[in-house]
Amino acid sequence: MMVKIQIDGTYYDVKPGKNLLETCLALGIDVPHFCYHGAMGSVGACRLCAVKKFRDPCDQKGRIIMSCMEPVNEGLIVSVNDPDAKMFRAAILESLMINHPHDCPVCDEGGECHLQDMLVMTGHNYRRFDFKKRTHFNQYLGPFISHEMNRCIQCYRCVRFYDDYTGGKDLAVFGSHDHLYFGRGEDGILESEFSGNLVEVCPTGVFTDKTLKEHYTRKWDLSNTPSVCVHCSIGCNTIAGERYGKLRRIMSRYNGAVNGYFLCDRGRFGYQFVNVENRIGEAQIRTSKNSNPVEATPDMIASACAEALSGSKKIAGIGSPRASLEANFALQKLVGKENFFAGVSRTEHTLAKTAIDILQHEAIHSPSLKEIEKADAILILGEDLTNTAPMAALAVRQAARNKGIEVAGNSGIPPWNDYAVRLKAQDVKSPIIMANPFSAKLDEIAEKTYRAAYSDIARVGFAVAALINDGAPGVKGLSKEQLSMAQHIANALKEAKNPMVITGTHGGSEDMVHAAANIAMALFLHGKEGALSIVFPECNSMGLGMMDGKPFEDLAGLPADSTCDTLVILENDLYRRADQSLIDDLLERCKNVIVLDHLITGTTLKSDILLPVGTFAESEGTLVNNEGRAQRFYRVFPAEGTVIESWRQLKELMIFSGNHESASWENFDHVAQAMSDSIPAFAKIKGHMPGADFRILNEKIKRQTMRFSGRTAMNAQFSVSEPKSPVDPDSPLAFSMEGANETPPSSLVTNYWTPGWNSNNAMNFYLDEPNGSMKGGDPGFRLLETAATKHILFFAPVTGAFTPEAGEWEIVPAYQIFGSEELSSQGPAVAERIPEPFIIMNRRDAEEAGVKEHEMIDLTLTRSSLQVKLKIDDNIPAGVAGLSTGLPGMPFLKLPESGRVKNSKK
Amino acid sequence: MGGKVLLANVDIPGIRGFDTYRAHGGYIAVEKALREMTATEVSLEVHKSGLRGRGGAGFPTGLKWSFLDRKSDKPRYLVCNADESEPGTFKDRYLMHHLPHLLLEGLIISSYALGVETCYIYIRGEFKYLVGVLEKAIKEAYQHGFLGERILGTGFSLKIYVHPGAGAYICGEETALLESLEGKRGNPRIKPPFPAFKGLYGCPTVVNNVETLAAVGPIINMGGEAYAKIGRGRSTGTKLISACGHINNPGVYEIEMGLPVEDFIYAPRYCGGIANDKLLKAVIPGGSSVPILPADLILNTAQGEQRLMTFESLAEGDFESGTMLGSGGFIVLDEDACIVRNTLNLTRFYRHESCGQCSPCREGTGWMEKVLHRIEHGEGKMSDIDLLVRVAKNIEGNTICPLGDAAAWPVASAIRHFRREFVYHVKFPEVVKNIDHGAIQSDTELLIPDSGTGIKYW
Repeated sequence: MMVKIQIDGTYYDVKPGKNLLETCLALGIDVPHFCYHGAMGSVGACRLCAVKKFRDPCDQKGRIIMSCMEPVNEGLIVSVNDPDAKMFRAAILESLMINHPHDCPVCDEGGECHLQDMLVMTGHNYRRFDFKKRTHFNQYLGPFISHEMNRCIQCYRCVRFYDDYTGGKDLAVFGSHDHLYFGRGEDGILESEFSGNLVEVCPTGVFTDKTLKEHYTRKWDLSNTPSVCVHCSIGCNTIAGERYGKLRRIMSRYNGAVNGYFLCDRGRFGYQFVNVENRIGEAQIRTSKNSNPVEATPDMIASACAEALSGSKKIAGIGSPRASLEANFALQKLVGKENFFAGVSRTEHTLAKTAIDILQHEAIHSPSLKEIEKADAILILGEDLTNTAPMAALAVRQAARNKGIEVAGNSGIPPWNDYAVRLKAQDVKSPIIMANPFSAKLDEIAEKTYRAAYSDIARVGFAVAALINDGAPGVKGLSKEQLSMAQHIANALKEAKNPMVITGTHGGSEDMVHAAANIAMALFLHGKEGALSIVFPECNSMGLGMMDGKPFEDLAGLPADSTCDTLVILENDLYRRADQSLIDDLLERCKNVIVLDHLITGTTLKSDILLPVGTFAESEGTLVNNEGRAQRFYRVFPAEGTVIESWRQLKELMIFSGNHESASWENFDHVAQAMSDSIPAFAKIKGHMPGADFRILNEKIKRQTMRFSGRTAMNAQFSVSEPKSPVDPDSPLAFSMEGANETPPSSLVTNYWTPGWNSNNAMNFYLDEPNGSMKGGDPGFRLLETAATKHILFFAPVTGAFTPEAGEWEIVPAYQIFGSEELSSQGPAVAERIPEPFIIMNRRDAEEAGVKEHEMIDLTLTRSSLQVKLKIDDNIPAGVAGLSTGLPGMPFLKLPESGRVKNSKK
Repeated sequence: MGGKVLLANVDIPGIRGFDTYRAHGGYIAVEKALREMTATEVSLEVHKSGLRGRGGAGFPTGLKWSFLDRKSDKPRYLVCNADESEPGTFKDRYLMHHLPHLLLEGLIISSYALGVETCYIYIRGEFKYLVGVLEKAIKEAYQHGFLGERILGTGFSLKIYVHPGAGAYICGEETALLESLEGKRGNPRIKPPFPAFKGLYGCPTVVNNVETLAAVGPIINMGGEAYAKIGRGRSTGTKLISACGHINNPGVYEIEMGLPVEDFIYAPRYCGGIANDKLLKAVIPGGSSVPILPADLILNTAQGEQRLMTFESLAEGDFESGTMLGSGGFIVLDEDACIVRNTLNLTRFYRHESCGQCSPCREGTGWMEKVLHRIEHGEGKMSDIDLLVRVAKNIEGNTICPLGDAAAWPVASAIRHFRREFVYHVKFPEVVKNIDHGAIQSDTELLIPDSGTGIKYW
C-alpha cells in the first residue's frame, strides 16, 4: 500500500509509516540533516532538516516543520525548496559555524565532512560572527580514536550511537548551553567494541581514525576497493583505502543483510597487519632443517620448487580457514583431493562439518545479521558474541529493543521516532537469554543469564528442545534450577513470533551445537522459522568446511614413511592449532615444506621454501561467512616485490609439479570458474559475481575518486615520467580515476558519492531507503541449500552433567576481541588493547586454591603450563575457569580441558 | 478578605503549621472532595472554574486534565512544577513558604480527581530551605491522615515526594522536568507524545504549576462557578503577581484578574508607584521571557484601550504591541534603566540556561549575548542591531521547547520598542561606557534617549 504525497509540486507514491526525511532521501531528494541517522532514527534536535508543510492545497503560508519528525501520510504537501525553509536551514548552519574552527584545509575530516557538505548545500557562505570561538580541551581516547572537540557541532549523534545503540557507558555529553562537551568523564580508552564507528557517525572531525592519522592521506587521494573483513566469521563489508602501496584505512561498506552501516573495532583497526614490518616481502629458502629461511633469487626459488614438487612421490597440502575459497581450491588441485587437509584441528573440523550439515537442514534457517536484528526472542548458547563475533552482538542488542518498539507501535509511535520509542518502552526488552560459563557484556541486556559448564548448558539446551517438542530427546537428572531455566527459555521462545537460537563452535562442544539444532528444529515443528545462527572462529571457516578435506591431524597421524615428501601449507600457522610437538614432528618428517603466507609465523620459520603471498588487500577471493553468504573481496593495491596472490602462486606450483590443468587460469575468474565446476557446493558462485570482463558502458569501475590528486607527481622523486597505471586483470575494477560514472553493482561500490554528498552520508543514496537494502540487492549471496531430507532427526545428548572435581577446574576458552584473532593482533593499535593472559574463577574457588585476585598464578594443564593473571567473576560456576585464549605469546591449548592452579610465589 | 483567594489567610501567625491551617478552614476542601464528590465531579468543578495554568502558558487546567490517558493500565502521576526559576518570578516560592498546606490540599484533591496515587513536587534546587518546609507539611498531613493509605477512610491513597532539582532553569519546562525527575539530563522532549500519554517513566502524567494546584482547594470550597465569577472573561480567578524593579512596594500580590495595569503599578496597596518619584519607562509583565513594553503600551493598548491584568488584555496587539501575562513576574523599569544592559542581563541568563539540544537556541543565545555585550560596552556596530533581530528570529519558534522563544522575545521586543537606545549605544560609545549604573544620578536623562516609539513618556 502506498500513499501519495506532494513535494515541491511533484507527486510521489511512497511507503507510509516512514518519516519525511527518510522518504526524501529514498527518493533521492537532497534534504540537509545532521542528527538523523538511518540506523538510529530521528530525535529532531539539530533542526537542520526543516521543510515547509502546507495544510492543504489552498494553504499559501505553510509552516516550518522538521522533516525527520514528520510521518508520511496520504496527502502530505511539503516544500523543500521553499525560500523560508531554505533561509531557516542556512541560519542553522550559520549558528553551527559560529564556534566551528575554520580549519577545513588542514582538518583530517576535510573532503568527506558532512558539515562541509551541508554548508555548501544550505548556501550559507558568509559568517557574520566576529567573536572569539569557544575552545575545548581534547581527551586521550585510546589507540583507535582521536578527539578534537573544537570541531563539534553538538548533533548528539556520537552519544546516541555509543550509548543508545551499542550500550556503551563511558561516552557522554557534559555541560550545557553553548558549552557542551562530548567525551569521557576523564581521559582514557573508549571501552566499547564499536567505538570506531564514531569516525563515521560524527558528521565532522571530532572523532577521527587515529590509525589513519599516523599515515594520513586525504580522503580523495585514497584508492578505494570493496573488501570483506577477515577478522571473524561474520564477513562485514568494508571499503579499504590505499595510497603509496600502503593500506591506509578501513571504512564500513553498507550491506543491509550483514553489517549495515557499522563495523566493530577489530574489523576497522585490525588492518594494520598488512603494513607491518614482519611481512614477508621476498621468497626465501632454507638450506638445512636447523637454519632459518633466507631470501633467494627467483631462479633459485623456481628450481627449488620444481625439484620439490616434481620429484615427490606424495605431495600433501594443508589449507586454511583464513584463506579464500579459490586459494584453498587451487591447493586442493595441486595436491589432489585425497591429500588435501583442511588446516583445522579435528575438533574444529568436526564441529564445522556438523554445523554446516545442521544449517543445511530444511527445518533450519541460517539468519543474516539483519534477521537477527528483527528477532523478538534470542537464546545464546555458550557463545560470548561480543568477543567472538562483535557485530552479531550488536545485532542482538538491537533485537532486544524490538519488544519496546512493538509496545511503542501499539500506542502509535513509529519506530523511527527514537526518543519517543525509548520513552514509551522504558525497560521493556525482548527476552534475550545468555547461557555462558562466565559473565559476558551482553548479560546487561539479557532477561536471564545462565551460568554453567558447557556440558550443563548443552543439557539445558536439549531440555528446552524437549519442552518445545515432545519428539526431541529429553535429559535426565536435571536439577530443579536447570528445569525451571529450561522451562523459562522454552516458554520465551514459544511465545515469540520470531525466536532465534545463536550458538558457536568456539566452545569446542559438539553437544552444544546439537542442542541448539534441536531447539531450532523443535521451534520449526512448533510453527516457527527454526532460525539458528552458528558463529565460526575464522573468516572462511564455513567455506573451508564446505570443501572436502580432512583435519591435518590425520596427516600427522600417518606413519612416517607414508606422510608425504612435500607438504604445502597455505596461509596457516599450524602452531596455533595443535601442540608444538605434533607440528614439529610433522614438519620434521616432510622432506620439503613449502609455506605460502604473508606474515612471519612459527610455521614460516620452519619452511624449506617460503613463498610470500598477498593479504586480503593484495589479492582477490571469495569468503563464506557464518550465514553461508559468499562474498568477494578485491585487490586493494598491486603487491610489491615477489608477492603474488595465493591462488596464482599455487597455479605456478602446479605447473612445476607437472600438472598443466592450471595453465589456462589466466585470471581470477578462471580459477573461480574451475572451482564452481568442480565443487558442487560452490556451483552457484559462477555467474553471481561480476567477472573481470564486467563493464559499464565499456568502462571499468574506478577505484580512485574523481578528485584523486598527484597522479602524475606521486612518484616524481623516483622518476618524472608518469608510469602506466597498474592493470588489474582479475576484477572489473581499475587502478585509475577514470572509469564508469554510473553507480556500480552493490558488491563493487568503491566509495560513496553523490553530487553534494562527499561524506559517507552519501551512503543513503545507494540504498532503496535508509537502513534498507542496497539498490539492486545487498552484496553477496547465500550458498546454503536446504537438503531434501524430509525427516527431522533430533540429536541425542551425549555428555553427562558436569561434576566439579576437587582441585581441578574445567578450563574453558574466553576469547578476546583484541588478541584472540591472529591477524589483527599483529597491528600496533590492536596490540595496545590486548589484555595480558588471564584466568577467570569465582571467589570461593580462588580461595580454595589459595590464589588472590590480580595475582599471577600457575596454571597446569595436561600438556602445558603457563602463568596467568587471576580475575574474579562470581558468576562463573564452581569448578569452571575461563582462560583468555589465543593471545600472542600463549601456547596452543586444546580447550576445554581440566587444569590445576596454584599461586606462583609459593 | 479583599477578594483574596489564595493568600486570604497568609498573614495569620503560624498558618504554615497544620493546626493553625486546619483551624482556619484548611483541608475542608479535601474532606468535601473526597467524601462528597466523585473524581469526575471534582474535575468538572475545575473545568467550570475556568482555571488556567499559572506557570506561564495559561493553558486551561480542566482541559489539560481531560487529556490524561485514562485507558492506560500504567500508573498515573501528578507532578507539581515548583521549579520557579524565571527571573522576576517568585510567587510560588512565597506560596510554598507561607502556605505549604494549601499546595498539599490542591495536590490531594487533584490527585483524587486524576486517579493518581503518587505525586511529585519537583522543586528548584535553590529553594533548598523550602524542601524542609514542604516535607514538614507533608509529614503533618500524613500524621493527620490526609496522606497515605485510605485517606479519610475512603479508598483513595496518595504519596507525595519532594524532589529538588539541581538548579537548571530548563527543568521548569515540563518535559525537561520529567527527564530530570527520572534522573537524566534535563533536555526537553519532543512533543508528541505529550506527558498526558507518555510522561514520567513513560506513564500518563499531569504537570501543573504550584499556583494552579493551590487554586484547586479554594475552587472546591467555593464551587467552580463562583470562582469563574472572579476575574474577567476567560481570565478567571485571582493571580499572584510578583512585582519587582523600580517600584515602591516590591512583593507578591494577589490580584483579581482584570485589574488595570496602571492601578497595579500606581495604587498604594500594590506597587505604590515608581520609586524615587521617577517616571515609568518600561515593564516586563510576565517574567523575564515575555516581551518588554514601553510605558505607553503597557498602560494602554495600541488602540488606546486601558491595559488590564488578564491573559487577553496583555496579549492585545500580539508581538507588535502586546506582551503576555506569563508567570506573573512583573518587572518595572524606571526612566533611568538602560534597556540594552537589561537585555544583556536577561540574555546572559538565557544563554547560561540553554540546555544545548537545539542548534538555534544553543548557538543563538551565546551569539546574542556576545553581540549585546559588545553594544553595551561601547564596541557595537550598527549592523549588530539587525543581526540581533535576525538571530532572535532564527531561534523563535524553531526549537523543541518554548524556552527558545523565551530567549528570543526579550531581545526582539527590546529592539522593537527601544531601537533608538541601541542605536545610541552604538553611536555614542564613549558616553555609554561611562554610565554609572550603580548610582542614581539626576543628569542621566541626558544620556537616555526616548523609547523610539516617538512618544515621550517622561
